[in-house]
Amino acid sequence: MHTKTLAELSAALQAREFSSEALTGHYLERIGRLDPALNSFVTVTADEAMAAAAAADRRIAAGEAGPLTGIPIAHKDIFCTSGVRTSCGSRMLDNFVSPYDATVVARLKAAGVVMLGKTNMDEFAMGSSNETSFYGPVRNPWDTARVPGGSSGGSAAAVAARLAPGATGTDTGGSIRQPAALTGITGLKPTYGRVSRFGMIAFASSLDQAGTLTASAEDAALLLGAMAGFDDKDSTSVDREVPDYSLHLNDSIAGLRVGIPVEFFDEGLAGENRVRIEQALDVYRHLGCEIVEVSLPNLALSVPTYYVVAPAECSSNLSRFDGVRFGYRSEQSGDLFDMYSRSRGEGFGDEVKRRIMTGTYALSAGYYDAYYLKAQQARQLISADFKAAFEKVDVLMGPTTPTPAFEIGAKTADPITMYLNDIYTIGVNLAGLPGMSIPCGLVDGLPVGLQLMGPAFAESRLLQTAHAYQKETDWHRQLPAADFG
Amino acid sequence: MSLSKAEVENIAHLARLQLGDDELPNVIENLSRIIEFVDQLQAVDTTGVEPMAHPLDMVQRLRADAVTEQDQRDLYQANAPAVEAGLYLVPKVIE
Repeated sequence: MHTKTLAELSAALQAREFSSEALTGHYLERIGRLDPALNSFVTVTADEAMAAAAAADRRIAAGEAGPLTGIPIAHKDIFCTSGVRTSCGSRMLDNFVSPYDATVVARLKAAGVVMLGKTNMDEFAMGSSNETSFYGPVRNPWDTARVPGGSSGGSAAAVAARLAPGATGTDTGGSIRQPAALTGITGLKPTYGRVSRFGMIAFASSLDQAGTLTASAEDAALLLGAMAGFDDKDSTSVDREVPDYSLHLNDSIAGLRVGIPVEFFDEGLAGENRVRIEQALDVYRHLGCEIVEVSLPNLALSVPTYYVVAPAECSSNLSRFDGVRFGYRSEQSGDLFDMYSRSRGEGFGDEVKRRIMTGTYALSAGYYDAYYLKAQQARQLISADFKAAFEKVDVLMGPTTPTPAFEIGAKTADPITMYLNDIYTIGVNLAGLPGMSIPCGLVDGLPVGLQLMGPAFAESRLLQTAHAYQKETDWHRQLPAADFG
Repeated sequence: MSLSKAEVENIAHLARLQLGDDELPNVIENLSRIIEFVDQLQAVDTTGVEPMAHPLDMVQRLRADAVTEQDQRDLYQANAPAVEAGLYLVPKVIE
């Protein structure tokens, strides 16, 4: 069953080939047997999952099922789940049982989705390798000595190993697309505001966006349709109709203008990765697309801009963790100040503390204009580059990452080396645009991702473009060795 | 640029983060490197560029000033480290 895509599982459930209980039980058995080698789940909600599957089967039997009824998926542990621990990968929230569901969780639940559990992640989504989690690193199913990427590394590894047919994730600077690329799956980061952020623990509020990790673009279309839409509870949610993302998946993409930003093909891009990207572009040429070079001249500014904006917003957002209303409180508190600083000092890990301090510095008296204001101006320049490019082309394509998955521990000594790994993904977040990563080949047995970027609200076009490639190739169907050797 | 020990201690104070003496040298080094890295923005000419307030040029939505939520104090306080009689307990702040 697990070799089927989510869309195929949906068809099989509707055709009563097997029940949701059988399907859910199958994934739970795989998680129990295989996840000890990966550490992709923080919490497995087996009993709740089987009860939800039984309820889904009753709906299917009664003819009340939608396309997602009875489909098991995993949620990144950044989404609040009522009655279930929501840790955000942090000691700070190790004891936090959410009193409510995030809108994403509630909408998928209403669509009949069965939650298998909560996936591991970089602490508070701050990381590109899933090594900053309080619950230990996640391992890449293609090579367990390597990282799966981050911060949605648990969701990516779980889907790549087919411990779940799909998972939710969040993407602030590449946290869906980069792990999707490094684990050989399809990742979609929608336009800022397309999916509600309510109940999604905030990292950098002007950049955070929820999306999907699945085997295929067809699967992503199904999940996004159920997740997206206006939400009164998120002040930045966009009030705009949600199209049927599955409707135009099979439309021809002949004549599509594909822009190749020259800055994505710099000396940082590994040679073999470049070859795989060029081969993918050949597939698009064969499909009748017109490939043209474009330029995003300010792209090099995106990493330093991001490392002002994101830490500044993080330092503000994470001030709520004070040891008073929820979360970790230090055992040995003296006065109130001592209680705050000990609880935060002990509850947060090194990377989170680094980012809170970077942000605190950038926002502190006398530095605001030099850092935060300057970064918001640079962000405008980066965004203008994308706008100019989309006047000439329909989509942009390039690599998602400079190299395949690196070894665990390889980049932990130097934060800047780790930050630069996100050079190709951050621009899209700063400009608020949708982006995808789809698998386009292997280098030394490790997956490579092709990145697709579009103008605001062009999710349908991106999904259609990705689906056209996946009908021509089978990279999205390749699986790691069964024992993760 | 290199941050001094006193500067880093001040930032940690502002952020309400207690750092152990063993953590401090590493934090000073990494934070200095990060600030040096983002300092490359200073060389960019941004004269006349409007700082971005929202990537899609949208404005904050307002709602009617009406009660929309139910009282769920007990549910929310179930997550608190220390409560008594519906109140959150903190160390003594007034002598």
